[in-house]
Amino acid sequence: MKRLTLRRVLWSCALLAAVLLGIVLLALRLGAVPFSFGDLGQNLWFLVSGQSEKVSTDFRVIMVDIRLPRILLGIVVGAALSVAGAGFQALLRNPLADPYVLGVSSGAALGAILALLAAPALPLMTPAAAFLGAVATIAAVYFLGRRQGQLDSSTLLLAGIVTASFLTAMIMFLMTTLTSRDLRGISFWLMGDLSASLPRGLLWIMITGFFAAAGAILTTASDLNVLLAGEREAMHLGVNVTRVKLVVYISASVLTGLAVSVSGAIGYVGLLVPHVMRMFFGSDYRLLIPTSALGGAIAIVLADTLARTLIAPTQLPVGAMTAMAGAPVFIYLLRRRLA
Amino acid sequence: MSGTGSVTEARPGTTAQRHSAHVRVNVEQASYAYSARKQAAPLFTLEATTFQAREREFVAILGPNASGKSTLLRLIAGAIVPLSGRVELDGFETCHLDARTRAQRIALVQQESPLIFPILAGDYVLQGRHPHGRSLWFEKDEDFAIAEKALAQVGAEHLRDRWMHEISGGEKQRVVLARALAQQPLVLLLDEPTLHLDIRAQIDLLCRLRHLADEHRYTVIEVTHDLGMAAEFADQIVLLHRGKCLRVGTPAAVYQRELLEQVFEVPLGIEASPAGRPRVIVQGRREEI
Repeated sequence: MKRLTLRRVLWSCALLAAVLLGIVLLALRLGAVPFSFGDLGQNLWFLVSGQSEKVSTDFRVIMVDIRLPRILLGIVVGAALSVAGAGFQALLRNPLADPYVLGVSSGAALGAILALLAAPALPLMTPAAAFLGAVATIAAVYFLGRRQGQLDSSTLLLAGIVTASFLTAMIMFLMTTLTSRDLRGISFWLMGDLSASLPRGLLWIMITGFFAAAGAILTTASDLNVLLAGEREAMHLGVNVTRVKLVVYISASVLTGLAVSVSGAIGYVGLLVPHVMRMFFGSDYRLLIPTSALGGAIAIVLADTLARTLIAPTQLPVGAMTAMAGAPVFIYLLRRRLA
Repeated sequence: MSGTGSVTEARPGTTAQRHSAHVRVNVEQASYAYSARKQAAPLFTLEATTFQAREREFVAILGPNASGKSTLLRLIAGAIVPLSGRVELDGFETCHLDARTRAQRIALVQQESPLIFPILAGDYVLQGRHPHGRSLWFEKDEDFAIAEKALAQVGAEHLRDRWMHEISGGEKQRVVLARALAQQPLVLLLDEPTLHLDIRAQIDLLCRLRHLADEHRYTVIEVTHDLGMAAEFADQIVLLHRGKCLRVGTPAAVYQRELLEQVFEVPLGIEASPAGRPRVIVQGRREEI
């Protein structure tokens, strides 16, 4: 029995944060225009210490305007997907659950495609429509997945899977009506991609939304531990099961919706990161939620850096990268579990 | 037939003492009805049931399948609201206590749910401290001490660092009981706790429950269909049949041959043991099949 204390949570997070920092520096350095770590350090110092006039123009354009926002977006998206995945795994009492299992990503994709068809010229239309599609799906699955006024794991799972497959059918239907240029944009979006340049305001909305929703899930962490050991028992251990399920359902769905609206459906991260973190840190949700957030950020920034540089100058969508790396990791975890 | 039987004879809790003891659980004319939809005809009804369980008392709710045993247990646990009548714990209606307060006073051992992610027995027992903590909370030294003590009380200290999915059924049931004890409740409710156990583990568990009632002042209420074990360990039997409470009393008072044969629908023999507890003899009736 390894005792969980606040100190252990903080140390684990500090360790992961250090790894994340290392990967972020690497990601800043690598790319079509390479910078040495010396340049990087010096310019970053200028920025941080308020001497921004000394920062070179090259650095400003490439780092501050291109690479850094993309990395920040990757961090938020990765953290959101992993926390959502951990949340859905507890809510559905199913280790195979991922953020997309209840159809949120399909709803977002449908919204995005409809926006592309209706108003291709408006820049923020696509993420806004995608988020609306996600919210509509969350609401629909919620009403379909209830049983006797309460979210029921298996009913919810079935309702979600059916909704997802219906939405996917709609997407397939609509895609046949798109021109090949739009189709390429959409396929990048269905795979998951971080290359879209977003206004800074949107990034702040993402960060605020992430902290609100992930914080809400974190407040239910010890309830989730009890819930995972048995739903009927949880009620008699003082857990308000109805409330906890509702909080986790809404928060995890909102996290997924936020991530998907800006980056598309990046696969495997939300499924695998919580499992990898369980391997390292155990399955206590008080530790699993913060470590998953950091682990997800590491995974996406790493994958996106590889996607940008592996066959440069061609850029892969980051979703292709996570799927290629994720499937073998998943098989490894599966065999290890059976061994 | 006035003794409390071989198991408890030399223990502090004699019948006389128990009757003077404080009434912990008061079930008064409590009834319940299940129906598929609101306003639909009920599928199952538990008719008005009355009995009292005191401190140090071991009560067995006895009956065949579908007799309403689990419904009665859920009423006592406060999980469902009685259709009529009341179920009180120390004067408070159990269904109106808030979930945390209830979990601090009543522990319910149910048929266990499958575990999805591996958990150590020690961590499992520690979950019994959940109703005593706040939402984002780390267990204190005190909580660990209570969990350790609970494990020791059921003789499972050695299981602390074992995975729940790797220990035997009997060991698992002891760990589940330890979690209930870690709640530090006044009342222990158990839903067929001996169901999947072999005879040795059954007797071991029931002896521990008997001991917890005698020495630690718990009120123990178990649901069972095991006639023999109930007679051997319980102070009071609540006999249910098709949703009706037929008899409440000591095993000797309830174990009447005609009555039990009618309830369980098999020929039975009943004899008094020297200790005053009735013994049930099962008679096969192969010739009818």
